Formats: sequence, C-alpha cells, structure tokens
Amino acid sequence: MEGAVLAVPAIGFNAVYAVLRFANFAVASIATIGAFAGWTANTALGWPIVPSLIAAFAVAGVAGVVADEAALRPLRSSGALTTTIASVALGIILENAVRFVFGNDPRGFDLAVHRDWRGFGLHAGPQQVQDAIAAIVAMAALFCFLAFTRAGKTMRAVADNPMLASLKGIDAVRIGRIANFVGLGLAGFGGMLVALDTQVDPLTGFRVLLSIFAAAVVGGLGSVPGAVMGAFLIGIGEEMSLLVLPATYRGAVGFLAILLMLSFRPAGLLGQRAS
Amino acid sequence: MTAYLASLMVFAGINVLLALGLNVVWGLGGMINLGLAGFFALGAYASALLSLRLGWPIPLACLAAVGIAAALGTVLAAVTARLKGDYLALVTLGFAQVIQLIAANERWLSNGTDGISGVPGPWRSVLSPMQFDLLCMALCWGLVVVCWAALTRLALSPFARVLRAMREDEMVAAVAGKRVLWFKIRAFALGTGVSGLAGSVYVHFNGYIAPDSLDVLLTLNVVLALTLGGTGRMAGAVIGALLLEALTEGSRFMGDVVPALSPVQVASLREAVIGGVLILVLRLRPQGLLPEASRPMNLEPNR
Repeated sequence: MEGAVLAVPAIGFNAVYAVLRFANFAVASIATIGAFAGWTANTALGWPIVPSLIAAFAVAGVAGVVADEAALRPLRSSGALTTTIASVALGIILENAVRFVFGNDPRGFDLAVHRDWRGFGLHAGPQQVQDAIAAIVAMAALFCFLAFTRAGKTMRAVADNPMLASLKGIDAVRIGRIANFVGLGLAGFGGMLVALDTQVDPLTGFRVLLSIFAAAVVGGLGSVPGAVMGAFLIGIGEEMSLLVLPATYRGAVGFLAILLMLSFRPAGLLGQRAS
Repeated sequence: MTAYLASLMVFAGINVLLALGLNVVWGLGGMINLGLAGFFALGAYASALLSLRLGWPIPLACLAAVGIAAALGTVLAAVTARLKGDYLALVTLGFAQVIQLIAANERWLSNGTDGISGVPGPWRSVLSPMQFDLLCMALCWGLVVVCWAALTRLALSPFARVLRAMREDEMVAAVAGKRVLWFKIRAFALGTGVSGLAGSVYVHFNGYIAPDSLDVLLTLNVVLALTLGGTGRMAGAVIGALLLEALTEGSRFMGDVVPALSPVQVASLREAVIGGVLILVLRLRPQGLLPEASRPMNLEPNR
C-alpha cells in the first residue's frame, strides 16, 4: 500500500491510542464503513471523489463514536487489554453489519480511466497521484486541527498527561469522543483511499490492518507524526519487498517490521512511551 | 441426525481443546495469544501433509503436529517475551495472519487457497460414515478428557502457581527467583501444542483444510469461549466451549425463523452474534461463569 494512503488510517489509529490508551482493532471495520459510505455517495448519489471522501470521513467518524460509546467506553475501566479484545469483537460486528446490508460482492468506484503519466523513467497512475494528494491534504488538515484549534490542543493535553488535564478541568469523556470522531473518521477516509486503489467489499479494511498496525508501531504507538513516518517506511518496505518476495507476501513485511521494532525499540521511532 | 450430532460433538471437542490451550497461556500465564488460528493451522497442515504426502500413520502425524505447533510457540514466546497487553495482542494476531498468508500462497506445500482434501481419517475406508463419525467423536472426547485431566492437575502444580504469580506481577515473580522467560516459554509451548492438537483432530475428522477457515473469527470464538467459562479454570474452558458451540449451532436456525433473510445475511448475523455476546460477557460477567477459585485481593480499584 502506498505510504501516503496508509498514513491516513495509521494516524487515525494512533490518535485514538494517544488519547484513550488502547489499541482499537475496530479501525479495520471502520475503514471498511468509510469505503462503503464513500462508494454509496459516489455511485448512488453521483458525487465526485472529493465530496465522497468527506462523506467517508463523516460517516466513519459518527459510526465510530456511536460504536465506541455503545461497546467500548463502558469497558475502558477494566483495562486496556479487555478493551482491545472487545474492539476485536466490535470489528467483527461492524464488518458483518456491512456484509448484512451490502453482501460480499466486490464493487468499484465510478472513475474515469486515465493513461499513466510517464517521465524521468518513472510512471504513475493519475488516480494514485490524486489519492496521495488527498491523503496529504487530510494530514495537513489534522495537523492544523491539533496545532491551532482549542479541541485539538486539549486532545494533545490529554494524550500528554491525562491527570494534569483533568486537574485543569478538561472533560476526558468529551475529548475521548472528539478523538474517536477525528481518529476513526480518518480511518474511514483512509479506507476509501485504499478502496479506490483496490476494491470495496466487507474485508477492504481488514486486508490492510497489519500494515496499519505496522505503521503505527514503527512510528511509535500514540504518536501522530510517528504514524506518518511509519506509514512511509512500511509503504517503501512493502514496495522494496517485491524485489525479493512474491507480491502476495507484501502483508508479511508489516509483521516483520513490528517484530523488529518491538524487539529493539518498543517505543517506536518517534514514541516516548515504551510498553 | 445421529451423524449431525456426532460431528457437532467433534467440533465441540475441538473447541474445548482450543480453549484449554488458550487457558494455559492466557488464563494461567496472563499472556494474550490472538495467534490461536495460526497454531491451529500449523497443527492441521502438518498433520495433513505428513499423513497424506509421506504416508505417516495418523497418531504419529498428530504427535508431529503437536511438536511443530509447540516449537513455533516457543519461538514466538521467546521473541515476544518482553511484550504484554495490547502489544502482545498485536504481534500474535499478526503471526496468525502471516501463517494464513503462507497457507494461501505456497501452492507447492499447502495447495494454496484450494486447500488440501482427502486427508486420511482413522479407519475411514473400512467404516460406514456413521461409524466413522461416532469413532471420531469417541477419539476426540478421549483426547479432551486426557488433556482436561492433565491440565487440571497442572493447574494445581507449583508450575501453575508461578504462572499465576507472573500473571499478577512479573516483577514479584522474578524477585522471588523465578526465571520468568523460561516459564513463559514453557507455558506458550504447552498451550500452543494443545492448539496444534486441535488442528490435527480437525483435519483428520474433516478430511479437508483451507486457509479461509483460519481467520480471526476462529481465534475470537475461543477467546469468547474462555471468557464465558472463566479464565484460569480448566473446567471453565470446557463449559465455555460447550456453551459457545450451543450458541453457534442454535443461531444456525435463525434463517428458518426469519425466511426473508438471504444465506449471506444469516451468516453475517451469526458472526455478529459471537462478537456481541463477547462484549456483553466482558461487560456483565468478566470473570466468567466459573471464576478461578483464588482471586487476587482487590486492594485497589481495577486498573
């Protein structure tokens, strides 16, 4: 998976981890929900790609907040591992909700077919370039949100030191909801980008779950800039692996990267917190 | 009907074996292993290939399957020794996905996504299908009883006491002079060996194994079974797995009750029910139906 595209759901995963301190395995299904939301907007309503991406973000964000409130928030007091296990179960529920409504058939977006651009001995598909630009715009928007808005700053405060934040009167539950909306919304946005590159079906998100984890762990769990860096490294690693491994083993690169990183620097490249 | 019930009992027995295996690693040792499907797959493929391609007798292939699963469990335990909680969940889930990836892609070995069929079963050629099912049921439950008795005995041993101590506080166990890594490795090898045994039983009964039956749902099923029954108690693992089997089989008839649903919709509802019940159990009765007898003293609110 292309680094820029992978970075978006990886940032979402890490944003949720930073604030709520658990690995939310349901990001895969939320990404799938985003892909289906975008696909519905694109094919059924005839929206162009950019508004469809925004729809993917909004629907995934709302679905993520609702699902978290119903299933995971009551469990958070029982510890990170319990919540993580529950999030695996939540992912299965959401995946099957999608399957219940849309069935298993793979679907594609309404896209104009373009000839590849060539130059300097390289060639790139216009669609891939467009996806990468969309991913970079989404990341830029997130950085602006975290750096300049009140909600973004409070989110960083909670991620940094929850105790201090609560002493300052920050409502952790509300910030948790915002983190879920933004983080899982990004997962949905990323899910649609992935689907633009591959296809839309109930496993669209699950297929890239290992790569998302890998990007998040390599960059440092809970670190947003880390997720970007990790995603680009994993993206490049997966492409380079084609030189020595068959294409079907791309997914294994992520696992190897996770193992190596956790063995030598568990905090990740840009993370501060070790396990 | 008898055949259906017999095969149901075999699958229930396999679930019990998987739950027992996870109970050693997670219930006693406190190490989450979301790679269960991977060890199940190792056992199933090893047993299938050895008996089919090399003509090994089934008991020998089965033993080898246990050995291979336990060996890989040892490696994974050694590599992940420093990890716990959600980090360990990440790595073990990734391990299972890589095993599934290998099974789906190495056509020379595993015949890819088509899977391996025609795996020999015990006396399958001389018995009628009905007799075969009943024999498998007896053999499977014989293995279940042996494993259950052995592991219940083990749960009372000093070895299990150290595992429980490590589960509650690794540092304390280490300070008491226990070699934590060595205990972790042995617990993992034992637990994953039992998972491999479950895979071997499955493939010799079913006669067929393919990568798509090895997804994360298989692992989640077992996590649910164990949570339902109560982690830490071997009897809890047995009860939980049986309850789960009743639940999944009962939900099979959902399609008959609501005829408007398509088969895909019924299948998706059944999978969603598994997830929903797991979340409800975690919420309402996290200690399970048969909680471990000696709970730690609650000096502080649960972290």
